[in-house]
Amino acid sequence: MKLSQLNPGQKGTIVSFTDAEMSVKLMEMGCLPGEVVEVERLAPLGDPMAIRVAGYQLCLRKSEASVIIIQS
Amino acid sequence: MADIKVALVGNPNTGKSTVFNLLTGLNQKIGNFPGITVDKKTGFCKLPDTRTAEIVDLPGTYSLYPKSKDESIVFQVLADRNNNSHPDLIVVIADATNLRRNLLLYAQVADLGLPTLLVLNMADMAKKEGIAVDVDKLANRLGIQVVQMAARNNEGVELLKDAIANSTRISTQNYSINVNSFAPEAINAIKQKLNTANDYYALQVLHQHEHLANFTTKEQSEIEEIERKFNFDSSKLQGEETVARYRHLGTILDGVVTDTGAAKKFANTDKLDSILTHKVWGFAIFLLLLFIIFNAIFAWASYPMDLIDAGFGSLTEMGHEYLPAGMLTDLFLDGVVAGLGGIVIFIPQIAILFAFISILEDTGYMARVTFMMDKVMSKVGLNGKSVVPMIGGLACAVPSIMAARNIESWKDRMITIMVTPLVSCSARLPVYILIISLIIPEGTVFGIFNTQGLALMAMYLVGMVGAVLVAWIMKFLIKAKERSYFIMELPVYRMPRWNNVFFTVVEKSKTFVFEAGKVIIAISIILWVMASFGPGDRFENIENKYAAALADTTKNTQHIESLISSEKLENSYVGILGHWIEPSIRPLGYDWKIGIALITSFAAREAFVGTMATIYSVDGGDEDTDTIRERMLSSINSRTGLPVYTFATGISLMLFYAFAMQCMSTVAIVYRETKSWKWPIIQLVYMTAMAYFAALIAYQLLK
Repeated sequence: MKLSQLNPGQKGTIVSFTDAEMSVKLMEMGCLPGEVVEVERLAPLGDPMAIRVAGYQLCLRKSEASVIIIQS
Repeated sequence: MADIKVALVGNPNTGKSTVFNLLTGLNQKIGNFPGITVDKKTGFCKLPDTRTAEIVDLPGTYSLYPKSKDESIVFQVLADRNNNSHPDLIVVIADATNLRRNLLLYAQVADLGLPTLLVLNMADMAKKEGIAVDVDKLANRLGIQVVQMAARNNEGVELLKDAIANSTRISTQNYSINVNSFAPEAINAIKQKLNTANDYYALQVLHQHEHLANFTTKEQSEIEEIERKFNFDSSKLQGEETVARYRHLGTILDGVVTDTGAAKKFANTDKLDSILTHKVWGFAIFLLLLFIIFNAIFAWASYPMDLIDAGFGSLTEMGHEYLPAGMLTDLFLDGVVAGLGGIVIFIPQIAILFAFISILEDTGYMARVTFMMDKVMSKVGLNGKSVVPMIGGLACAVPSIMAARNIESWKDRMITIMVTPLVSCSARLPVYILIISLIIPEGTVFGIFNTQGLALMAMYLVGMVGAVLVAWIMKFLIKAKERSYFIMELPVYRMPRWNNVFFTVVEKSKTFVFEAGKVIIAISIILWVMASFGPGDRFENIENKYAAALADTTKNTQHIESLISSEKLENSYVGILGHWIEPSIRPLGYDWKIGIALITSFAAREAFVGTMATIYSVDGGDEDTDTIRERMLSSINSRTGLPVYTFATGISLMLFYAFAMQCMSTVAIVYRETKSWKWPIIQLVYMTAMAYFAALIAYQLLK
């Protein structure tokens, strides 16, 4: 399942990434395999999304969240 | 003059600039790193042992691997021993409330092998959130000095100064992960080639040598040869390194951080976010905030501005009374002092605007605006991050175009740079204010909204809409080189740091006075000269023509004198130039006097008001205290016999100023940022055309 498919309030654990270049940026920001992510809210127009990860709040576009494979 | 050079490094939102301000106070200056355009903030700090430390504030970054041009400077300064900002000591500022992610950067920096110390900032907030950090244990495990600070409350700055003074020239930190194991052959080859013993430096060179200016073309190709030979896969290795570092940090922080408040940490931010990023309320609050800002610029600023205006008025009057009459006095009072008054009067407005922008950034609200606007912005070819340059563009396009460097995507960044000058900057504000006060009667709508404030807001909206339209068109014209990113931290809401607000306001006002001021004073003087002299014997002829009439004591000589001076102005160099361009601007509703202002405004927009002041004070003849406004209002077009500043002309003129590229500094900065003349020239041409046609259509419809 992709992170972009979660609804606000839902949680999942990061398993892997489908894009190497993007994964570097995401991992530096704390999105590591094994981390739990929770979707906090969507922007008023439905995109981007705000997630809780590694003890802080991160926002990213849905297209970016779709490279993160999670297990709920 | 400094005994020790210190570099401040840290993630964004860690209070790094607050620490910098605490260390250096107002004793700081902004310069440039040679070769690139990132601002270099340096300052000096007296240490307890009487030595002086030079502090360099490096741009905030999450890692040493640059994701934007702004961030590549951090590695360049820290790694290149020949860089003249290369520090003796690195101070890493970390947010104690989110230590693990903050220490990723620390771990990378520490592995470069320079003496390093760590500041745990926001210690007070961590404590409040139930996060306890065992500082001694952490210091032991890392092998360095660790200082706890709460920079927002001025706590811990003396400890940091002590720690800087106690630091040695020899690095003490424990190395963390086995860097060499990621790519042993390539790293060893680089170490041999560059004659360095540091594995991590070698690895970083492999990853980002193309960003480093200190290598020759030959060295660059040799490094690339090594990469090819050993199949160096940059993305994969960066990922592996990041995972390894986080795993190591997990063991370092085990037993160091105890977090008992994770659940309540975000309670307030969550509550605020559910309102401030709400579908309806979010946008409503954003619009309301913008309106409050513009209302403040108009209403609050008027008191100090009236004082400044009256002050310069009486200064000129006194000058003419007490100084010996003559050309130098005229030059000084009508050229220099008038020009100076034209600059100083806008400081209150610029200060208020920057105070608001800095408060919105400091509280974390600006990040939410970015978050809310990204969808819309990406539709028109921009990026949520374009909001900051565009809102900054309200103040000045020059720093805003530089701020666009934070946008990683090349295409998004180019479009942002191209449209930012359309956003109404503070230099347009004086023009708008002057013209609005001429053509819009004062009053209120619905009993609360000031009509002139509404008109001003409308002008700002016109600029914004223009920017969005042009961006949308450019989205189809510019070809993307890479994809666009939007991965960004949403910091927790905080009270603004009033110190930082104060520093920002002082810094920006200073920049305006000195940068724009230079141009304005220069133009005021040139203009005075051009308005006071004419070619050949034209001036003499005018005087001769009226000599007989003046000698006749039965007539009112005052009227004749004012006829002389207005005829002189028309025949002066500036009058000739204004007349020369008049045919091309007549369809826009302008006369030759406005033509003069348009010419001087091509250097800087704010020259409009100064020009008007000079033209009308020269024109008026006698040195009374009439304001420019009153003189402009009563001016009559000699061709039509009607007032010059009608509603149609005013709107046409404001639209021209809204769209035209009348700023030499912006042209220069766009050239510097895009590294080619192509972009500034395209920008100059399209904006001038847009301004001309918008003004033409408006005047022809409204007249």
